[in-house]
Amino acid sequence: MEFIYYFGDVFTPLSFMLLLGGTIGGLILGATPGLSPTMAVALLIPFTFQLEAAQGLILLGAAYTSTVAGGAVSAILLKIPGAPANIATTLDGHTMAKKGEGARALQLSFLASAVGGIFGVLLLIFLTPVLAQWALAFGPSHLFWLAILGVTVIGTLDSASVVKGLLSGCIGLWLATIGFDDIMGAQRFIFHPALGGGINIIAALIGLFAIPQVLTMFAKGRQTDGAEVIEVQRHSILAAFRELFSRTRALSIGTLTGSIIGLIPGVGGQIAGLVAYDQTKKFSSEKEKFGTGHSEGVIAAESANNAMVGPSLVPLLTLSIPGSPTAAVLLGGLLIHGIFPGSDLFDNHPDVAWTFINSMLIGQVLMCIFGLYVAGLAARVAQVPQSVMAAIVLALSVFGAYSVQGSMGDVYVMACLGIGMFFLERFGFSAAPLVLGLILGPIAEANFIQGGMIADATVGKALYFLTGGLNLLLIAVVLASIAYSVWMELRHRRYTTKEEAQA
Amino acid sequence: MKRMIAWAALALMSLTGAALAEEYPERPIMMMVSYGAGGATDFQARIVTMTSGNEDALGMPIAIINKPGAGGRVGWNWFATQADPDGYTLAAYNVPHFIAQSIKGGVEYSTDSFEPIANWGADPAVFVVGADSEFNSMEDIVAYAKENPGKLTVSGAGLFVGHHIAALQIDKAAGTKMAYIPTKGGGAAAMKAVIAGEVLGGINNLSDAFRAQEAGNVKILGVADLERSTFLPDVPTMKEQGLDVDNSSVNFRGVMVPKGTPPEVIEKLAATVPEMFANSRVAKKMEAGGSPMHIMTRDEVIEMWAQRQQTLNELLAGL
Repeated sequence: MEFIYYFGDVFTPLSFMLLLGGTIGGLILGATPGLSPTMAVALLIPFTFQLEAAQGLILLGAAYTSTVAGGAVSAILLKIPGAPANIATTLDGHTMAKKGEGARALQLSFLASAVGGIFGVLLLIFLTPVLAQWALAFGPSHLFWLAILGVTVIGTLDSASVVKGLLSGCIGLWLATIGFDDIMGAQRFIFHPALGGGINIIAALIGLFAIPQVLTMFAKGRQTDGAEVIEVQRHSILAAFRELFSRTRALSIGTLTGSIIGLIPGVGGQIAGLVAYDQTKKFSSEKEKFGTGHSEGVIAAESANNAMVGPSLVPLLTLSIPGSPTAAVLLGGLLIHGIFPGSDLFDNHPDVAWTFINSMLIGQVLMCIFGLYVAGLAARVAQVPQSVMAAIVLALSVFGAYSVQGSMGDVYVMACLGIGMFFLERFGFSAAPLVLGLILGPIAEANFIQGGMIADATVGKALYFLTGGLNLLLIAVVLASIAYSVWMELRHRRYTTKEEAQA
Repeated sequence: MKRMIAWAALALMSLTGAALAEEYPERPIMMMVSYGAGGATDFQARIVTMTSGNEDALGMPIAIINKPGAGGRVGWNWFATQADPDGYTLAAYNVPHFIAQSIKGGVEYSTDSFEPIANWGADPAVFVVGADSEFNSMEDIVAYAKENPGKLTVSGAGLFVGHHIAALQIDKAAGTKMAYIPTKGGGAAAMKAVIAGEVLGGINNLSDAFRAQEAGNVKILGVADLERSTFLPDVPTMKEQGLDVDNSSVNFRGVMVPKGTPPEVIEKLAATVPEMFANSRVAKKMEAGGSPMHIMTRDEVIEMWAQRQQTLNELLAGL
């Protein structure tokens, strides 16, 4: 309960101004394509040089929470996921926006973000010592099985058929091998210096999601003169509240999945949204509605990716090990003020630690209020004529891809992947499983090789990967997930053949 | 007419040459860091350049640009091939990383592609084990490694970085064969493997290990440097423990420019930058962050690069 004592510090004039500025600025940065939460926080660190430690961290904490939520804005309105965390949000969110329900989608996403986010921070406050042990329990073999679990999700995620889903996943896995391999020191598929560092995930995201859409819009604009005007429906905030709490299943699955996955160092936020989306779909009574603008999809994805914020800081704050790229940047922000995360932080600088954590809690609420306020206005983006929209999205995509590392190479990568994806979509492949392959490939590979090296030096590969409680548990979940997909596919086939026979 | 243009061009060139040294820098300078934002190199680069806008320093701010990827290769490749040699594009170097990478090949740079300006920091590699490990000195480590060849798992951040070189040197000095496990995701992932007990030991940065020891998570058994560190006065060096390991694995960080930068500009930078590093505000922030400083002038760095090139050539020849 120590944290309540420090709540006052968040509300001193300067601190609260910083909190407000961090939240609003974070939302805007998060909504800008190409600016991931990690980069937004990194950009703000120089500003904290002049501030006191606690105040600097308020700014960073507020910005971190709100950039994660802000990413949903471009994901829903423009179909450009600002960060890997927002991929799942595009699947249903953007479809809703296209139907004129952008306001509803945004309201739900901000409310779900706040609920998930607050739950995540509360976990951080109350269960940190327990959670730290859990974060350490995941070694290379467990992370490998976890990545394989992610691979089993690929087939069922947003695709016309399991086979096409798996095929796009394979393309993603292949793309992931490009670049210098840190572990073996090999160079793979580098035909151009721009590919030396591998495919940048943010540039890939922009290319895979936004570019096919731009091309489609340009192609359509010719035929219909861009006259297709979408009527943007107003949506009351109260109705959004009611809807959110009637979808408790999506909300609780999203929040729990996000919190658990967010905790695991190195995997964390990137896949939380996608896994939560897939789980919610599997447990939902309205499976077929997913992908067509179903609110459960938005709620699950957004509650998950904000729930992961709190737990993702547990390894950093307790063990001084940054578990995610953003946590690594925050570590820099702490060190600049001479504060070492770990026991030193909570014992010697409790004011800094708790003010920081409290600011994330209040930041969630502010983010939600501000987000709801602009949701109605922002949703009007859908009314912009398609030809204009295509140009804007294209400009934002180029800007976003370039700004990731200030390199034209990323823009070429984005363009190539985008054009490739445009044709793949024609054949019923979709971008989400491809991206999942791109994210999971390196995790699975690095941990398999690393685990293999440790195993060879100790007990041997078979024992290392196939024994132990956590390994067996994960293997069981993997098998269950595969069995479920096969069963669904078979049932689906039987139904279709029956319908075809009747027709 | 042609001759006039030629004369004018020549006059202009000599003019800019003379003016360069006096007026440089007349606009903000960019410094490329080939690791991600928030990493140790990035974080230190931001601190040591924060006073560059002062009148007694360069009088112009230095902006940090990150070009991470492939253990630094992406950034240094870019710097060697695409950066303008006009003095407005600087880069941070990490020795022995870039030298080892150029020896192993597949990159477009070597020590000849760059001109060093000054060195700001030296982060030695240290040997760490978990807090509850049975090993208490390098002697225990060597004894275990000799009894169980190839079974002592040791984590470190990637191949051909300081950590890997320290492991190779320990193996060479003690005649052992440890199982070096390179991790993806830098020193933090390697440290996590030690704390979680996935590996028996690890080689990591002194600054990160110091923090982890303060937090009570690890024991530091030895420093791979010529002298003990001021941060860890109680931890003996490898040499003191009978292992012939010099400072080849120490991670030196400093500033360099591309080959072809005008000599006036290099002179001006070489004279000003070490003093900028010596600023007391910089020293205070660096110490607070647990980052050991080690300021070296251009001539000292040139010598250090040449020495590393030689040692690493020998050490990596057999791999």
